[in-house]
Amino acid sequence: MNDYRPDPDQLLARVERDNAKAKRGRLKIFFGAAAGVGKSYAMLLAARERRAENLDVVIGLIETHGRKETQALLKGLEVLPTRQIDYKGTVLHEFDIDAALKRRPAIIIVDELAHTNAPNSRHPKRWQDIHELIDAGIDVYTALNVQHLESLNDDIGQISGIRVWETVPDTVFEDADEIELVDLPPDELLVRLKEGKIYIPQQAQQAIQHFFRKGNLIALRELALRQTANRVDAQMLDYREDHAIRDVWQVNERILVCIGPNMLAERLVRAGKRVAVSLRAQWLVVYVETPTLQRLSAEKRDGILRILRLAEQLGAETLTLSAPDMGEAIIKLSRERNINKILVGKPTRRGWRRWLLGSVVDELISHAHNVNIYLLGSPQNPDGDTPDADISLFRKRPLPGLQQRAAANKKGYYAGYGWAVFITLCSAGIDYLLIDRLALANLVMVFLLGVVFVATRFGCGPSVLASVLGVAILDFLFVPPYYSFAVSDSQYLITLLTMLVVGVVISNLMINVHSQAKVAAHRERRAAVLYAMSRELANSQSEEEVVRIAVRHLHSEFSSRNVILFPDSNGRIIYPQQKSMIESLHGADLSVAQWVFDHNEMAGQGTNTLPGAEEIYFPICAEDKVLGVLALLPVNLRRVFLPEQQKLLDTFLRQIGQAIIRIRLAEQAKITQMQVEAERLRNSLLSAISHDLRTPLATIIGSASTLLEGEGQLQAQDKRDLSRVIVDEAERMSNLINNILDMARLDAGVVELNKQWHPLEEIIGTVLTRLHKHLAGRVVKVKLPEGIPMVFVDAVMIEQVLINLLENAVRYTPQGSQLDITAEMYDHAVEIAVADYGAGIPKGREEHLFEKFYQARHEAAQSGVGLGLAICRAIVEAHGGRITAQNRPEGGAVFTFVLPINQSPPVMELEE
Amino acid sequence: MTNAPVIIVIEDDPPIRRFLRTGLSTQGFTVFEADTGKQGIIEAEVRKPDLVILDLGLPDMEGVEVIKAIRAWSAIPIIILSARSSEQHKIDALDAGADDYLTKPFGFGELLARIRVALRHAIRPMEHIQADIFATANLKVDLHNRVVTLDDEEVHLTPIQYRLLVVLVKQAGRVLTHQQILKEVWGPSYQENAHYLRIYMSQLRQKLEADPTQPKFLLTESGVGYRLKI
Repeated sequence: MNDYRPDPDQLLARVERDNAKAKRGRLKIFFGAAAGVGKSYAMLLAARERRAENLDVVIGLIETHGRKETQALLKGLEVLPTRQIDYKGTVLHEFDIDAALKRRPAIIIVDELAHTNAPNSRHPKRWQDIHELIDAGIDVYTALNVQHLESLNDDIGQISGIRVWETVPDTVFEDADEIELVDLPPDELLVRLKEGKIYIPQQAQQAIQHFFRKGNLIALRELALRQTANRVDAQMLDYREDHAIRDVWQVNERILVCIGPNMLAERLVRAGKRVAVSLRAQWLVVYVETPTLQRLSAEKRDGILRILRLAEQLGAETLTLSAPDMGEAIIKLSRERNINKILVGKPTRRGWRRWLLGSVVDELISHAHNVNIYLLGSPQNPDGDTPDADISLFRKRPLPGLQQRAAANKKGYYAGYGWAVFITLCSAGIDYLLIDRLALANLVMVFLLGVVFVATRFGCGPSVLASVLGVAILDFLFVPPYYSFAVSDSQYLITLLTMLVVGVVISNLMINVHSQAKVAAHRERRAAVLYAMSRELANSQSEEEVVRIAVRHLHSEFSSRNVILFPDSNGRIIYPQQKSMIESLHGADLSVAQWVFDHNEMAGQGTNTLPGAEEIYFPICAEDKVLGVLALLPVNLRRVFLPEQQKLLDTFLRQIGQAIIRIRLAEQAKITQMQVEAERLRNSLLSAISHDLRTPLATIIGSASTLLEGEGQLQAQDKRDLSRVIVDEAERMSNLINNILDMARLDAGVVELNKQWHPLEEIIGTVLTRLHKHLAGRVVKVKLPEGIPMVFVDAVMIEQVLINLLENAVRYTPQGSQLDITAEMYDHAVEIAVADYGAGIPKGREEHLFEKFYQARHEAAQSGVGLGLAICRAIVEAHGGRITAQNRPEGGAVFTFVLPINQSPPVMELEE
Repeated sequence: MTNAPVIIVIEDDPPIRRFLRTGLSTQGFTVFEADTGKQGIIEAEVRKPDLVILDLGLPDMEGVEVIKAIRAWSAIPIIILSARSSEQHKIDALDAGADDYLTKPFGFGELLARIRVALRHAIRPMEHIQADIFATANLKVDLHNRVVTLDDEEVHLTPIQYRLLVVLVKQAGRVLTHQQILKEVWGPSYQENAHYLRIYMSQLRQKLEADPTQPKFLLTESGVGYRLKI
């Protein structure tokens, strides 16, 4: 029973697949063997049917090629205007994707899936336009000929002798929701061609002789039918899988295609694709870059990049590994990824070299167990890896923008040979001087020393030259018979051979050491760069800082000008607001950036989207969200698109994204905390106000209405009492409101200190005068330092502090008890204390006193909102000072505040 | 009551206008009202008032502008009403020529006292200085002989201290801003040196007040200026 239950992982995959498909539009491809089989016609017929079903059908673009029957079908259907592009004097009519997205029909007809768009279009290829339409949830009908399928491109080129450059990745075809085969037997097609229904007569004649040969047509038809059949087969398998019909595939097949920098690579990829399709397997394409391969010319590396992209287009996952040993890396990868089939090229080393130096294939065969290995041979050229052959292949279609050649530096190279000759001659000189004292074996050693030196410094070529030259000189001068190249004893041949081999071996070793050191240095530098940036990013406090760090590091690593663009609150990408830096890029194309932001895909130069742009645009993501866009103007595309550079850039982008999200989260947390705090304060404020304002209000309203109602009956004394009550309560309310307003102003940070030099005595004098009534005859003892101490403060504010402290003291101490004000001047500070002789502060409440809405004792009579001391603290802290409360040992409380005085008093010419 | 003093109240808030009208009428003043600055200036020209009460927060124009407009042709006393915590507005108004200020909310008694001082001052500017001698409590300043006595004992003052005291004495009872005093005592070039004034004021207090921290007549108007109490 259990055996027939579907695998949960597969079920999940199915659900995900269905979900993804539900949101997207559906793609229907009208598939034919060749032009003229009636795809457009069939497509329009289908469109009319949908229209008859009352669906919103729109023609985005149709190529009728002047065919009357087809044109007749257009009647009554809405046709979107095309985008007209002036290209080198001719006007091109291109599909207008923006108009289509804006129009948003249910179904749109866009002919010619394989079409290549005019330069400077958003996407280079029409299938990419269609992809975007589908992503936007629009159903698309389109047409495709079999020869345009990427994986068949090779085969059809071989069959027909005509290679088509406009290709469509197989993934597009495979992901289509529906394929409708439009079939017409070759004879009938030829009849239609001759009747001029496909091309105009002259063209038709040419066509019949070339592409439309009957043999070709039959082959193409077969391919189209087979392709369709394969797809139907795949659908059948899907169906069986979905409905738990066991069991065609026990194991998930995984194929690994290993490519190298030779012309087999492209064939390997295409073959891998065919195997993968026929086995319905996942497939990976891997390129292992060994230290030797890292020394390859830039063109060759570009070629590899192109092949990897091709593999991606064909639906493969691609990987670039860098490892010292190719075989080992492949075996490790195949274990990690559960590979059960490996596809490699036939070993290129033959005979004794293969036997001596080994080959990757042999290593794979002996070490990779449970893996089937497929070898692909090269068809015509037995020496598949001759450099000329593959360079020319790669040059045929360079990566867009990757044409720049690295300038070769040959100067040092030739100097090595010169040195080789010079050193050998020196060795000969030394030998010549010592010839009588040394045995021949030791003379050889001197030459060998020279060869070793040349090998270590100047590489293989010069060391071979040094060996050969050394052997020649040795033979000529030091081996009997002298002054002749003849060798009397065959033993010397071994000496000579040994010297040659030692030279070559050492130079090879040195080259390896050098290149490994270079690779290691490169890696170390990369790690250092990454570390430097990540450390700076980790310390960054703001998004602005992250951007600055990122732009600087990107510049130093990629020599590019960069800018990081963020969306505004409406999701529209805008130019940055901050000051630009030297490394900043100006004038990035916002529309490209917007596209990148919306689609989370890179775009711009060297990519498949908007390659006309000068810059490259990368999405910056974190946690599956696109945060912004990096626009990067490279000095050299290679510096960005080489596999290791791209990996580095990826890491950079990830780190930048992480840093940004970290800062955003921190800000979010801060805001949340502030909101909670504000909420708590608002609640206390509301309850404080509702109590403390209502009480006096109740008294005022009560007294005033008594005065009003009792008109004529109240005694003069009563009237006066009531009026007095009203005035007192109103004043109390006024104080409360002043406090609340002061606190609000201080909190809002709108208060600007008006600091000036004031005599301390005057401040205290003002306070005591203002509080004269409130102090109700209490004794306030003031003790100030000698002279006229000056303080640099905002006098009005500090007066407020003293007033609040004194009022507080009056409120909480027995009537008539004494209050003390003392001050001490220090070099850079003044300390002012207000002491009382009351009951003191309840234990442990000293710090709480300065919190907003805190009251030491909840006694209704001694009312205040609990803001007085909070205001004191806010003012003192605004001055950069500190306020504390303590109980005095001799009884009573003392409130002390210290204000820093960071300025020296003004110099004044006084009369005395 | 034909020669009852005429007061114009320029204030846009009706309840305040009403209580001022009621209160002042009861005290025997003739009150005219205006609710905008423009209206107030016209009233001031037409009614020939003895005093103007002006709210600084008018809807149509700055209070300072109203003061300047009135000062252009008249020296009648102007008392300002202003909201709290706007010292600079008060200073501007006083510098523009206002005589006194009151901060809202204020008690009616206080207003009445200020009105009386202002009116007295307007009628007889040197009322409290008789025969060149100013006297209040135990302080006596003989302007003619330049002698200052405290409890009949002569107090020695430096020239600047004396000039400062004289400026305050001549405007006794009125608020003088720092700028006004600096200009009178030191001259226009000392406008920025308010700390000079504060130092000399402290010195004066040390010499004239029994307890400089609880002054009896040399009062500080916080953030605005000084006033010699009479």
